[in-house]
Amino acid sequence: MEKIWLIFQREYLTRVRKKSFVVMTLVGPLLLAAAFAIPIWLATSDDDRVTVRVLDESGKLGQLTSADSSYRFVPVAPPLAAAKLGLKEQKGTVLLYAPPTLSLDNPAGLQLFTEANLGLDQQLGLEKLLRRQVEQLRLRRSGIDETVLAAARVTDLDLKTTRLDASGGEKDDNAGLVVALGYGGALLIYLFTFLYGVQVMRGVTEEKTNRIVEVMISSVRPFQLMMGKILGIAAVGLTQFALWVVLSYGVTTALASQFGIDKIPAVQQTNRAQTALAAEAADTGSGATVGGASATAKAAAMSEQDAGTAQKAKFAGVWSQVKAVNWGTLLAVFVFYFLGGYLLYAALFGAVGAAVDAETDAQQFMMPITMPLILSFIIAQTAVINNPNGPVAVWMSLIPFTSPIVMTMRIPFGGVPAWQLALSMTLLVLGFVGTTWLAGRIYRVGILLYGKKPTFKELGKWLFYKG
Amino acid sequence: MTEPSAAPLLSVRHVGKQYDRHTAVSDVSFDIPAGCIFGLLGPNGAGKTSLIRIITQITAPDKGEVLFKGERLNPSHISRIGYLPEERGLYKKMQVGEQLVYLARLKGMAKSEAVRRINTWLDKLDFKGQAQKNVEDLSKGMQQKVQFIATVLHEPELLILDEPFSGFDPINANLIKDEILELRRKGTTIIFSTHRMESVEELCDHIALLNRSRKILDGPVKDVRNSFRTSTYEILGTSPSPPILAHPDFHVVAQERLPDNHFRLTAQLLNGVQLNVLLRYLIEKTPAQISSVHELIPSINDIFIRTVRESEAALVTA
Repeated sequence: MEKIWLIFQREYLTRVRKKSFVVMTLVGPLLLAAAFAIPIWLATSDDDRVTVRVLDESGKLGQLTSADSSYRFVPVAPPLAAAKLGLKEQKGTVLLYAPPTLSLDNPAGLQLFTEANLGLDQQLGLEKLLRRQVEQLRLRRSGIDETVLAAARVTDLDLKTTRLDASGGEKDDNAGLVVALGYGGALLIYLFTFLYGVQVMRGVTEEKTNRIVEVMISSVRPFQLMMGKILGIAAVGLTQFALWVVLSYGVTTALASQFGIDKIPAVQQTNRAQTALAAEAADTGSGATVGGASATAKAAAMSEQDAGTAQKAKFAGVWSQVKAVNWGTLLAVFVFYFLGGYLLYAALFGAVGAAVDAETDAQQFMMPITMPLILSFIIAQTAVINNPNGPVAVWMSLIPFTSPIVMTMRIPFGGVPAWQLALSMTLLVLGFVGTTWLAGRIYRVGILLYGKKPTFKELGKWLFYKG
Repeated sequence: MTEPSAAPLLSVRHVGKQYDRHTAVSDVSFDIPAGCIFGLLGPNGAGKTSLIRIITQITAPDKGEVLFKGERLNPSHISRIGYLPEERGLYKKMQVGEQLVYLARLKGMAKSEAVRRINTWLDKLDFKGQAQKNVEDLSKGMQQKVQFIATVLHEPELLILDEPFSGFDPINANLIKDEILELRRKGTTIIFSTHRMESVEELCDHIALLNRSRKILDGPVKDVRNSFRTSTYEILGTSPSPPILAHPDFHVVAQERLPDNHFRLTAQLLNGVQLNVLLRYLIEKTPAQISSVHELIPSINDIFIRTVRESEAALVTA
């Protein structure tokens, strides 16, 4: 144990002292900030607006407008040939052509001419917009007033999910938040296992090619060497993540104060939203007894009900759901699977590192290790999100190789029976012990063999070598 | 120099080790007396490293056992053994001093004690202000010295040196040789594995010779050489004409004329006759004036080559 501790210290200190670690620690939060800021910046800039040149020879299309201004419609004059030429001159525009034969009853024959292919989203959006336009025109022809239609349209329906928990209480639920939490956790486990697992492998191979292992192995057991390395690198990873969180928080706070986004509006927003929530609660929970009070509260809330407040109320709803999440359990489970998954895979990565002489030979052995990891991440994004308590999700959250990612994805959705969680955790611990044993055997033989690249069959034999 | 005491420090008893289809060590037995330098000799691939790995407990034998001071080898012995592997290696990006402290602590030494001994050794082996350097910035010879220090730092009772002089220039090789002799003087038992014979005779008290996974010879160097004596003598002298040995008890191996009527005669005594018989014959029956006589005892190198050839031949006929 003392030797593992010494090895742990060396692995940790030499890595943490490296320049690359310091650089990554400083650059990490900036990259993270960039990862969030760039899509927002891109989305807010107008650059992806599509200019649609409209040649309407039928005269039936009417005035086209785009509600979210992602399309700009410019009418052009016939003939079609000239319009096509114009398209060539005006880069980045498309031409929408409605032939003279077009009628509202038969809107076939609409044609779109483009220089470069339109994105799928843009094309589908345009199709939808045109369909709605024809619908509206048909409705108007039938004498239905648009204001009547607008009044009849339902826009503010939002399905509020309430989960009944074991104790019979009720909890607000929000699939979006749950998915975000699960996905975030799963992604972290996936990245951490991959990045630092490969570091374990690299470290072992380096020791082997350096021949330092011959010296080491005469004073420590191969198993101690492997465990010290795995744990040391885990600590490096955790340190890096912790520093990133702290630095990211620092950077965001600094940026926020720089751009004058103080916290007061947020608080006000929450307060106001809570009023709205109270009103809602009073409304739903009311009977005749508190009817009057509820009506007043509702009126007060309603008086403020412009679009902005509605949005803020929604935000508050999310906030209340954020508070409703059982963070303690979630965090505990996350940390367990985070470490368990890493340890399980790191041992295998270490074994691969011991089996080969050079990193380039490792590919063949990496495959069976990375497969379940990648598979579970894909499954987590598809099958688990669609049906978090379905058979695929349940089975994969029990198997040790896939459980870290899949279970982390499942937990925020709730409804995981205690026995499944207990079984999954037990199996993960057993799995970790198993892979470490397996890796230890391969490591012990592989680390002292040079030259030949072993086959899987040979690796199998190594497991049963004595000593 | 302390005389080897009777109780062996290490006993190898019928040790065998099999890898896959290849036999690395097969039924090897020998004793290593305490306080001696024991030469473990053999051509490449004879099983020396496999045997050393068993002694250092890197691997376990399939058959037989190894006793350390009469006890079966167990992990508590690891810290009493120092091993300098043939394949040297250090963490390249680590400072010399730091690395030595790390390796010493893995052997169970306290940090302060390790630092004290490291400083002594670094002074002894001419590391002037190089302790702060990264290993990769040192010359190869200096790296080898670091490795040597790492091996002896914890003052092991048994020191195993696998080709300790490879990579050293003659000056540093001498420096290391003196340190090895000094360690023996202090009572350390040393296993010296090599296939370079010239260093064996100067250093070793005992040897064991391995070939093709088997031990083919062992014992004190003196005894081994004596057992290979062939009663062959080299005689130098002067004579107007070369002396003619016409006698059934003498076999002339070689005869050479040197300038100024000098000659060199190599003769083997047959039928158990003594050297005196030859000398009397030369003095009485030839005009030779004898200036020197000495016995040609085969060098370990000759013995090595001869025994290996014989055992190969035995394998072919078998």
